[in-house]
Amino acid sequence: MAQATSHPKARYSADAAGLGTPRAAAFIAPAMALIAVFLVFPALWVIYLGLTNYRLTGLAAAEPQFVGLDNFVKAVSDEGFWNSAWLTVQFVLGSAVIGQVVLGFTIAWLLRDRQGPLKRVVEGLVILAWILPGAVVSFLWIALLDRDGGTLNALLGIPGFAWLLDHPMLSIIIFNTWRGTAFSMMLYGAALGNVPPSHLESARLAGASGWQQLRDVVFPHIRGHILTNLLLISLWTFNDFTPFLLTAGGPDHKSEVLAVHVYNVALRGGELGFGAAVSTIILLINLVVAVFYLRLLRRKS
Amino acid sequence: MAAIELKGLTKVYPGGVKALDSLDLEIPDGEFFALLGPSGCGKTTLLRTIAGLETATGGAIVIGDRDVTGVQPGARDVAMVFQDYALFPHMDVTDNIAYPLRIKKVAKAARAEKAREVGERLGLAHLMDRRPGQLSGGQQQRVALARVMATQAQAFLFDEPLSNLDARLRLEARTFLKKLQRELGVTTVFVTHDQAEALAMADRMAVMENGLIRQIGTPAEVFQRPANTFVASFIGSTPMNLLDGQVRGERLEVAGCKLPVPSSVEGRLSEGEQIVYGVRPEYMTYSAEPVEGAFGGRVSIMENLGAAHLVTLEVNDTLVQVVVPEGSEPPLGAEGFAVPKDGRALVYRDGNVV
Repeated sequence: MAQATSHPKARYSADAAGLGTPRAAAFIAPAMALIAVFLVFPALWVIYLGLTNYRLTGLAAAEPQFVGLDNFVKAVSDEGFWNSAWLTVQFVLGSAVIGQVVLGFTIAWLLRDRQGPLKRVVEGLVILAWILPGAVVSFLWIALLDRDGGTLNALLGIPGFAWLLDHPMLSIIIFNTWRGTAFSMMLYGAALGNVPPSHLESARLAGASGWQQLRDVVFPHIRGHILTNLLLISLWTFNDFTPFLLTAGGPDHKSEVLAVHVYNVALRGGELGFGAAVSTIILLINLVVAVFYLRLLRRKS
Repeated sequence: MAAIELKGLTKVYPGGVKALDSLDLEIPDGEFFALLGPSGCGKTTLLRTIAGLETATGGAIVIGDRDVTGVQPGARDVAMVFQDYALFPHMDVTDNIAYPLRIKKVAKAARAEKAREVGERLGLAHLMDRRPGQLSGGQQQRVALARVMATQAQAFLFDEPLSNLDARLRLEARTFLKKLQRELGVTTVFVTHDQAEALAMADRMAVMENGLIRQIGTPAEVFQRPANTFVASFIGSTPMNLLDGQVRGERLEVAGCKLPVPSSVEGRLSEGEQIVYGVRPEYMTYSAEPVEGAFGGRVSIMENLGAAHLVTLEVNDTLVQVVVPEGSEPPLGAEGFAVPKDGRALVYRDGNVV
């Protein structure tokens, strides 16, 4: 004990559980093996595939040739890739950063002091959209937006309006906002519970308006939550494949976000090597986004 | 600076809990006023209702000449120090002190100047660039006070201003707060659950219980003549002796002893009446020799109070406490007598002082 107090660092022993390195390694080995087989190996395999002309069918399927960086060069000089990248930016900014964060925070803020049925109903509905399986919600939305028998057109009294054909991006952005808001709402709901009431009251006594209270008290307090939330939903939305179930990337690639682009190129077009190269680029973009947010998060407020 | 007046102030929480029950209270301009009571008595609710953080269910609050009952907290021209100080962790001391001025759209240079001036006065000059997280509890409290002073509000409200300080610092802060309030001369209401704090700092105080004010008065009045047995048992660092008794002719029979009727109630008691006899341990003298009209018993416990001892006498199965100055402590088990000082012994009938 005396030693522990004189060397504060020594209190946190490298071997807190007292297992010894071999036994500790044995405990984590199963998890590591699973991660290696299902995560690390496929990722490395994708990188390798991206360097070949591997195809789904034909001669190159039997004997793929090593083509170096050709696929990557092709990807960045491909108009379809840049179209998809731009659509993905719109999708992430529109449905995640603006849609889910703003809507999720707004609902959490409005419901923060409420009790009773209204809060439970709103939360229940929002969470329902989140927990339903993708195939089910896609079917519901196709039924909602259908040109002839769609519920929305019936409600608005504009039969024959083709939402998914005329406004495919708008449709999938609103769809994804609706689907994903629950996560942000719950995260902000928990975060707002941590804002000390006395700080808000102190601002109110100073005469601060609602917006000033948000700016001076709430946002500085939940900054970490906001950044974590942005990081998670940006990456989730970036890699989200559900839009495919609504529009399949169409019409005419107008809603082909990168996740859908890869699927169309690799599995429908059969160019597995090229698709793998695009996947690798997506992986790199994800890394950059993650590092950007983590930097912000680590920076002292 | 302004007086505060409460007229029939009532606060009922949803669910029917009556936190404030038709309170009337006048706090003159410049007074240092304490709201004292056990937890749940409504003292904090009362302070928050004056601030506007709680809306009154009934009655009126007048600050200065203005009825502010329905006015938003920010427009009442009062400033509050919260129990946890409520300093904004992402702002430095200057910005924290200047925050209310920033909301009032005072120019940046002017409010920085004001913050510096107030901060200097409270000995914060060398800390102006620090964040609250880098300050000690006492320094944080002074920043919270500085923020309140910078507002130049009509009245200050302190919610348990000393409870987050350690015991030593609390005594220093007590003196400091009292001096500061006197110098500023701003009407100040503070809430505390510590009777010693209220007695030490306040010009006047209100003792509350269950949403009611049980007594209003100066600390001396409340200490010497508690209006009812609740206040009597709540005030004082050593609990007051409150003993059941009966009027017997010219005497009171309390704990089997015959005591003279206190001169203050002479002629106002009827024969055979059940009363409660109240006398503080500090207001009795101890004698080792038998004395007429005193509690006589055996010394059963001695507690050291520092410069004095609290002696507990076992008087016919009743415990009576008396303060004995140092140097004249009786031995345990000795025969002893506690003589109430006339004019300091009180008689309570149905819980209220006669």
